[in-house]
Amino acid sequence: MAIFSLWVINKAGGLVYQRNFADGLAPLTSNEYLVLAGTLHGIHAITSRLSPMGSSSGVQVIEAETFKLNILLTVTGTKFVLLTSLTDTTADSVLQKVYDIYADAVMKNPFHTPEMPIRSEGFDTRIGSFIGTGQT
Amino acid sequence: MAYAQPHPRLSVVSNSSQSSSTDHLSPTTNSTRFSLPSAPSLHPPASNKSGPNRPNIYDRNLNKTRGAEVSSAAFAFLFSEIIQYTQKRVSGINDLERQLNTLGYRIGSRALELMVWRAEGSSKAPKREIKLLSVLVMIHAQVWKAVFGKTADAIERSVENPDEYMIVDNDPPIERYISVPRDMSQLSCSSFTAGIVEAVLDGLSFPARVTAHNTPIAQFPNRTTILIKLEKSVLEREELLK
Repeated sequence: MAIFSLWVINKAGGLVYQRNFADGLAPLTSNEYLVLAGTLHGIHAITSRLSPMGSSSGVQVIEAETFKLNILLTVTGTKFVLLTSLTDTTADSVLQKVYDIYADAVMKNPFHTPEMPIRSEGFDTRIGSFIGTGQT
Repeated sequence: MAYAQPHPRLSVVSNSSQSSSTDHLSPTTNSTRFSLPSAPSLHPPASNKSGPNRPNIYDRNLNKTRGAEVSSAAFAFLFSEIIQYTQKRVSGINDLERQLNTLGYRIGSRALELMVWRAEGSSKAPKREIKLLSVLVMIHAQVWKAVFGKTADAIERSVENPDEYMIVDNDPPIERYISVPRDMSQLSCSSFTAGIVEAVLDGLSFPARVTAHNTPIAQFPNRTTILIKLEKSVLEREELLK
């Protein structure tokens, strides 16, 4: 059970925050991360229109053989993405808590520009102390 | 609305007094003068209250403090907007701090008035702080409690300068969600608090220059020192009072 990585994607599909917490992920350049985030944003848009039963909020979990990718879509269109191991069951609550921290340390910070990359020390330290302690 | 109303009433009274000067013996003119035109304008708050409007904030009891707190999240968003708004209209960090100080000053003078009213208003022998040390203790405890809901963490006296005192807050609530970028690292948003302190000191006739400085320590990264530099006249008066 491990949390590998956290991404925050803004409502236009740009990656505004990316941080790794555990080893095991393939190393990527920041440009590759941007492309992946944009692609995920597109996939999310497609899945939200595919539902056979009325409207859908889009994909929530993508599972692979060695990891899964959990997505939390907020009402403002910001997406929080958490890469975890397959056995992890805490992803939903972790994402909700990350959203809390984002609301506190990013949205209430006068020096943050909306939709721009997050360069807030408060966010970094709070995420570090939260996810850092959540690991085994 | 509130300002416009007294004027029609005044003008009506003066009009009718002009007419009453011509035929002031007639009782009918006198009765209309008092009953008809002035009656509706005498009770504007009653008509306001019955409407969908909420009761006027000025009608509230000043001494009622329970339930009168402001949500810290709402304040955090407001303060964030204040800083963004101010930052667009100033030419540097010093200027920004001065603006925040000015805004805080307006709060401090009101906070002092309200605090004195609440504490001494019903007292049989109202008193006023005249000793520097008790004023500092009052700011440290009561002003902080009234404005932030907690007391500050320390009062210190400068070793080098006898006219400098410091109030230390380990985790100022107004800075809890603020991360100042590195290129503005000498900015302290607690300049706002410094303004409050300056107004309280001014209101008690302890004129001083108050500034805020970041003094982080490992345990409290947001630790802030409010530096009070008193005017010479205050220290001279302190000597006489001893």
